Order: sequence, then C-alpha cells, then structure tokens
Amino acid sequence: MKRRRLTPYALMSPGLFWLLIFFAIPMAFMLIVALEEGSIDTGFSLTWQFANFTESVGDFSTQFGRSFKFSIIATILCLLIAYPLAYAIAFKSGRWKNLMLFAVVAPFFTTYLIRTLAWQTILTDSGTIADIARFFAFIPEDGKLLDTDFSVIMGITYNFLPFMVLPIYASLEQLDERLIEAAKDLYSSARSAFVKVTLPLSAPGIIAGTLLTFIPAFGDYVNATFLGGPNQAMIGNVIQDQYLRTQNYPTAAALSFVVMAVILAIVLLYIRFAGSESLMGEDQVP
Amino acid sequence: MSRAWKWVREHAVMGVGILAVAYTLIPIIVIAVFSFNDPQGKFNFTWEGFTLEHWKNAFGIPELTEALVLSIQLAFVSMIVATALGTLLAMGLVRYQFKGRRFANLLIVIPMATPEVVLGASLLSMFVFIGVDRGFSTLWVAHIMFSISFVVVVVRSRLIGFDRSLEEAARDLGATPWTTFRTVTLPLLTPGLAAAAMLAFALSLDDFVISNFNSGTTVTFPLFIFGASQRGIPVEVNVLATILFIVTAIAMGFTVWQQRRAEKLAATRPDDEDTGLSALASGQRPVAGSSESA
Repeated sequence: MKRRRLTPYALMSPGLFWLLIFFAIPMAFMLIVALEEGSIDTGFSLTWQFANFTESVGDFSTQFGRSFKFSIIATILCLLIAYPLAYAIAFKSGRWKNLMLFAVVAPFFTTYLIRTLAWQTILTDSGTIADIARFFAFIPEDGKLLDTDFSVIMGITYNFLPFMVLPIYASLEQLDERLIEAAKDLYSSARSAFVKVTLPLSAPGIIAGTLLTFIPAFGDYVNATFLGGPNQAMIGNVIQDQYLRTQNYPTAAALSFVVMAVILAIVLLYIRFAGSESLMGEDQVP
Repeated sequence: MSRAWKWVREHAVMGVGILAVAYTLIPIIVIAVFSFNDPQGKFNFTWEGFTLEHWKNAFGIPELTEALVLSIQLAFVSMIVATALGTLLAMGLVRYQFKGRRFANLLIVIPMATPEVVLGASLLSMFVFIGVDRGFSTLWVAHIMFSISFVVVVVRSRLIGFDRSLEEAARDLGATPWTTFRTVTLPLLTPGLAAAAMLAFALSLDDFVISNFNSGTTVTFPLFIFGASQRGIPVEVNVLATILFIVTAIAMGFTVWQQRRAEKLAATRPDDEDTGLSALASGQRPVAGSSESA
C-alpha cells in the first residue's frame, strides 16, 4: 500500500526535476540578474535595483506598446481567418477534409526561419506583389511592403495561424450537429442558430486559440527581424539585443521578467476560468 | 434574393477556407520553387532562371551540412530524453491520484505558455550567473526542457482513451506487471509515443529563439540560416528545406495512418463503451489499483 503511494512520485520526479532545474530555477536567477547593477566590463553586483524594472520599461515603452499592438492585431486577424477555415474544414470540406487539415499544419514542416524568409522573398521591393500593390495605388510609387507594420503583422499572422485553427477546429468537430438541426426545427434562422448554438459551443476553442496565438506573438522577434525595419522593433528584439549584443544583462532580465508577468497574468486569468488541465486539451476537470 | 447572391452566401465559408489554405501554402511553394533558382548575386530574392545545380550540390556547403547534422543529433538526443521523461509524467498524471498534482500540472503547463524569448533569456541568466560555458550540452538541456510539456500533452491524451481492461485481463491471466507493460501497454501506446517523439524531434530541429540564447559558438541549422540571412542565404538552404518538408510530410502521414489502424483495432472490441469512456464521461479519472486495493 505504501509503495503504491510513492509510485506516482517515482514516475514523475525525473521530469519534474528537469522542469524545476531548467525552467523554474532559471526564472529565479533571472529575477536576481534583473536586480543587479553594473556593466559587462566592471562586472555585476546584486544591489536590489528595483528601479531596473521601471527604468527599462520606461526606456523601451515604444517597443512594449508595439508588441501589444502587433500581437493583438495579428491575433484578431488569425481569428477572422481561422474561424471560417475551421468551420469549412469541419462542416463543408467533405472528402477534402484531410487535405485541408494537411494544408493547415504544412507550415510546421518547414523551418520557422525559412518560411518567414519566404515572405521576405514574396514581399520584396522588386517582387510581383509589390508591383501589384503599387499599380493599384495601395502603396505610393516608391513605397515598400517590406519593413512596414503591414509586413510584420502579416508574418506573425501567418506563423501563428495554425495555433488558432486547430483548437477551433477541435471544438467544432466535437459539436453535436443535431443541436443545430434542433434549433432550425424550432424555427431558428441560420444566423441565430449560429449565434446562439454554434458560436457559444465553440467558445472554448476560440479562447484556447486566442491564448495560443497571442502568447508566442507577443514575445516574437523573428518576424520583426526579417520582415520589419528599425521602426518595427518589438520587445523581443530589445531583449535579444540587450542580452546578446550590448550584454546589458540587468535591463534584459528585467524586460523579460515584465513580459513573463504580463503573460502569466493572462494565463492565470484563463486557468481561473477554464482550469489548468484544459490547457492540455481536456474538457472535464475532476 | 437573387440566385447569384444565394450561391455566394452558400459558398462563402468554403471560399474563405480555400483562400486561407492558399495563404498557408504559398510560402512553402515559394521555398520549393526558389530551390531551382539560379541567382546571379548573393540574394535569392528574384527569379533568374531554372537550374538543378543546387540540388546536385545539396550537401556541398560544409558549414551548412555540419549545422544540419548537428541539429539532427541534437534533435535525436532531445527526442529520446524528452519522450521518456514526458511519458513517465503523463503516466503519473493520468493513472494516479497524489498530493501536489496541481503543482505538477502548473510546472508542466507554464513552460508551454511562456514566450520562447523568456525561456531562452532565463536559462541564459542562470548559465551566466553560475558561469557555465554555452555549447552543445546547454543546447540539449534546453531543448529537452521545452519539449517535455508537449510530449506530456500528446501521451496524456492517448492514456486517457486507454482501455485498462486489457491490462487487467493480462494480469488475470497471470502476467507480471512488467510483462503486462511490455506486451500490452507499450504496444497500445506506440502510436501515441511515436507522435510525441516526432513532435519533440520537430520542435528541436526547428528551434531558433532558445538556441540563439544558449548556443555559444555552436551553430545549428536555424542558427546557420540566421547568420547567413545578413549576407545572403545560399540556395542550398531552400533545397534542404524542401527535402525536410517532404520527409516530415511522409513521416507524419505514416503516423496518422498507424494511429488510424490502432483506432480501428480498438473499435473492433465489442464492449469498449462501458470501460474507460463511461468513467471519463462521469468526470472520474480511472485510478490505478482501484479494483485491487478494494
């Protein structure tokens, strides 16, 4: 009996220790580094510089604001594209279903950097798309598509779209179609059946998808690096730059800590509503 | 309402769906098409003519090939360890009730909800603080860390739908716990484990952000691309990306096919409705040993 009670701990301790040592404890180290003072030449010392937080956020508030703006717009665009797509796959695709699902996950089969660079090729100044945009006067004669807010938001939308499509598709797929039929039998119009039955029942997918899209989008800097210019730098660019180029560790650590706090606040809010296990794709919580 | 309008309304959703599919596929087609390009300058941005040169020379750039080989080694190590640790975690979570489950759940979920830049930065903070040199070992440590949670999610979903009466039957027929595990549990879990392992492999092979923070001077495939992007990316990168795409698509297709087969096999069992499923429906987790200890 006693041995049985220890079994789960024996099974789980290697994995939990790994996560503790290489995920949780590094967070604590990052907090310590964020409170240090000094430079890479003179060395750093822990002086409990809480001002690091306010100063670094103040210095880079533009990039913080941009991260919010880009990731929120991209998340909304993802939702607008993903919902009809997931709906089409779940209810309208017939024998094309598997092919359409394949298309949704196909971007994952190429390297993240390479598919972002492919957009660089597509949107390049001398490219066809840029010529078309100039012809229809979407952009001025000497205008560019690359290195603009548009290209970065488009890249983020593209790269994180599957994270929105898959949860929405999963919740639509589980939906009992008889409920929609019942609504129609009871003289509901197609529109009100959608608004009152389909939409509420797919809400868990929408919420999960929104979270799964917003989180990586907020911290992303690959799209801003390849598809944007200096005026598109996001907070991820700053963190990378401060860590790896300027080696201003305290500022970089303070910034990542603030990013983590923002995300954690959103996730905890979500868990309060949906339960921690729902993030792993299970609906019932015991 | 005119008929044309009605037709548009009926097909609007599918229309948007097809446009969205085009959106997801266009960059992939561009990557493949530009692997046949014959650029004159350093940059592979505009189409200048068809050539097979770069396909013949796919492994002809030593630094690129080295980076790819290193990435595959790294993905392999990460896959093995992450799949093992993640499967044990999933077993513990699904089959046992224990104190600290909430804590374990949080520790598994939060890394997935953390932006990569924060994962990379915090790990680097620790390595800098205690003075660890960055290189291959810090890379695989990091890759295992961010892969574990995803393995747990995949294996967990397989374990929840697992028909435990099969294990009980084996035990009733006199099998030891180890024999039961080896001859019943493991074969039934194999499709799930394969899917989890593939995911771990792909996550590692694709990772740029966390590696960028913790690689030191070691160059992985994505890091090579990042470095080369400043001075022009060789066409061979497109060739390798296309090959990787095809290999992954085939492997993925194979796993899906295997999973379907396993599901079909399970579906032929006559009474699969009154075992695991009803327990799940009532919101109860199948608990290990609940029948024996009673």
